[in-house]
Amino acid sequence: MEKWDDNKAWFLVLPVFLVVAFSAIIPLMTVVNYSVQDIMAPGQGIFVGPEWYREVLHDPRLHEAFLRQLIYSFTVLAIEIPLGIAVALTLPSKGWKVSACLVLLALPLLIPWNVVGTIWVVFSRPDIGLAGVTINELLGIPYNYTADPMDSWLTVVIMDIWHWTPLVVLLCYAGLQAIPEAYYQAAKIDGASRWAVFRFIQLPKMRGVLMIAVLLRFMDSFMIYTEPFVLTGGGPGNSTTFLSQFLTKMAIGQFDLGPAAAFSLIYFLVILLLSYIFYTVITNLGKGVAK
Amino acid sequence: MDLTWMEWTPITAYFFIFIGCTLAVMTVWQVLSPTVERKGFLPMATTRGDRLFVGLLGGCYILLAFIGLSEVSLWYALAVALAFLGGVMRFG
Repeated sequence: MEKWDDNKAWFLVLPVFLVVAFSAIIPLMTVVNYSVQDIMAPGQGIFVGPEWYREVLHDPRLHEAFLRQLIYSFTVLAIEIPLGIAVALTLPSKGWKVSACLVLLALPLLIPWNVVGTIWVVFSRPDIGLAGVTINELLGIPYNYTADPMDSWLTVVIMDIWHWTPLVVLLCYAGLQAIPEAYYQAAKIDGASRWAVFRFIQLPKMRGVLMIAVLLRFMDSFMIYTEPFVLTGGGPGNSTTFLSQFLTKMAIGQFDLGPAAAFSLIYFLVILLLSYIFYTVITNLGKGVAK
Repeated sequence: MDLTWMEWTPITAYFFIFIGCTLAVMTVWQVLSPTVERKGFLPMATTRGDRLFVGLLGGCYILLAFIGLSEVSLWYALAVALAFLGGVMRFG
């Protein structure tokens, strides 16, 4: 008798599909509908075609926010990923110290985003904050994140590193723990250096978790809203106004639903493209190593 | 069910019908003749679904480029986007 594939398991995916349809696909369709209309009131939309897309694509404030966002995301990735790997490599591998380190590292991840913003508002205040006063008074470096764009940038970046590097560490640590002891023994027999062990055993074995870390951190940092909103409110001027904040101002502040919808879709496409490129590059890097 | 809040227009409805039909056709095609990963002009090996994704995403960017950089009628942009989709599906 010919064997045939039993595909009934696909029905188990149906609940997830329904939930995603309800929470993501239908709202996304609505955004597409809004992006081609000028909506006066419910049911009173005028079809304007690609007009809002044209307006949004020619908006210099959007170009600036986009550039700022790209620089921010790549800065955060360039620091958090190597730092996360480095910290994961130095963590103990057995004993009570493992639990202690993991709990300590996970603490920033447990704090809600707006509370992280508030903590850093107080921490960085040049007049009363621990960090602000230390930098100004003890180190003698003028620092005021509410007035100086560079200072506010540094504060937002360091806040993100403080908040999210532990995630990268935990993922990398999980990847490292999954490497069988036999690999290290083989490396020892071959007389491999510490660098060779890292480059040819640990790094390739961490590829999967690193891919998840890069994707999560990229998407999260590209959509960052709450922390800079609480910390700097997008200022001074527009210096820390990232894409989400720009979008919120447009959609809720000015109630320009059409342009905001068009902008949301462009934003979505950018995240989709960059995530796909990251995913493809990292997956194919692995294939190269495997050969 | 009242769908006024979704503010449907005929053009966006056609667009989603097109996407839905494409996915349905791809599913049937997959069941009848399962895809095999292959390497075309794209820098990585792709399955049929990957090529559809790249084609559609590329099409979106082509339309946005026409809107942002020129005043040309979007029918030309649509033609270029569809040609790109076809090219990627066949040779990608």
